[in-house]
Amino acid sequence: MLAARRRGDWLTSQFFFVMVASMFPLGIGPDPVTLKLIGPGVVWVSALLASLLSLPRLLAEDYRDGSLEQMLLTPQPPVLLALGKSLAHWLIYGIPLLIISPILGIQFALPAEAIAVLMLSLLIGTPILSLLGSVGAALTLGLRGSGVLLTLLILPLYVPVLIFGAGAVDAAMAGTGAESHLSLLGAILVLTLLVAPWIAAAALKVSIE
Amino acid sequence: MAINLYYYASPATFYQLSGKLIPWFGWSAVILTVIGLYIGFFMAPTDFQQGEAYRIIFIHVPAAWMSMFIYLVMAFWGAIGLAFKTRLSFMMSRALAPTGALFTFIALWTGALWGKPMWGAWWVWDARLTSELILLFLYIGIMALWAAIDDPQRGDRAGALLTLVGAINVPIIYFSVKWWNTLHQGASVSLTKAPSMAKIMLIGMLVMAIAAWLYTIAVALYRVRTLILERERNTDWVKALVEK
Repeated sequence: MLAARRRGDWLTSQFFFVMVASMFPLGIGPDPVTLKLIGPGVVWVSALLASLLSLPRLLAEDYRDGSLEQMLLTPQPPVLLALGKSLAHWLIYGIPLLIISPILGIQFALPAEAIAVLMLSLLIGTPILSLLGSVGAALTLGLRGSGVLLTLLILPLYVPVLIFGAGAVDAAMAGTGAESHLSLLGAILVLTLLVAPWIAAAALKVSIE
Repeated sequence: MAINLYYYASPATFYQLSGKLIPWFGWSAVILTVIGLYIGFFMAPTDFQQGEAYRIIFIHVPAAWMSMFIYLVMAFWGAIGLAFKTRLSFMMSRALAPTGALFTFIALWTGALWGKPMWGAWWVWDARLTSELILLFLYIGIMALWAAIDDPQRGDRAGALLTLVGAINVPIIYFSVKWWNTLHQGASVSLTKAPSMAKIMLIGMLVMAIAAWLYTIAVALYRVRTLILERERNTDWVKALVEK
């Protein structure tokens, strides 16, 4: 859980986030109007990819040195372990990403209110990514090529988050208000919080046996 | 008459039963397909708005229905397997996945062929199209997970868990028409109000849908038999079967 000790590890995914997002203007051109149009989507897609990059390490280290097995043997319910793992992932990946995101917003010429909504949508959305991701990380534990497989499994499940997350920013810029998108995002968060730790715990048990 | 379901849950007895059932399902699927296509292409009138191109619905709609139904059935068998630890349920789930992916692909492909003359575009980022594409990704992801895990027991349960998580997506597909209300035309068939299409078209479509069901059952049973033989290859009854 203490991934923070290895600074290189978690900074990698943050730099990855910034770099992916910065590639888009280079590929598309520096026209501010276009950038404003694609900005929210690009930032969100980069956030998804960055979460996928950091997920395999969530459990793999503990699995390799056997401490994951020990944690499952403790009297604490595995659900708590899965929830803790997701929380740890979010703290390491989600919070720094949240702090970096305004800079990317400026890169894409987003207005200030849109950047605020972007941060809000990331605040609600990234825990969902961590929770869903923990299910995928638990399922692919110790498999060959688990990184690519994880992407294949989890990316489709991320789609609603992406739609509502980027949609909230678009709606804010269009002046229709982002409340409905953010509320739906919140609803997804509550649902995921209720279901994902249990499934991740069950998947852990399947993978460890 | 009470049928002992546990009796048929044993792979050995199910192998015998499914062997007898496959020809029935297979042939009736073939016959109904011929009837359905005949109704669709020769008896149904030309649509006054969409012309001849609408006839693709006789393949498109059943395929789209099946792509979603099969996923739910897979999730059902996965849940049963997780709850009761029955080997056969997991095998059923595995046997259904390739057919489900096939129907999803057909639905997308025929949809593109229909979209070109109707909307003027092969592909539109409409909610329903997109969710169908995501469904295809889900099928592929599940099959990739099964392929990556060598231990069949672990693969079974991991796949079932993933199927259950993805099952949340199927209702989203169905209700997305109402949620995002975009280009895709609303559902033409509903249980509560009279269908907004000619009766003969509806009959053709339903015949094709039943044919798709029967085809799915036949192919899934066939695949399950192969899986049973593969998994039970060290048991006495399979050896006796081979020697026969």
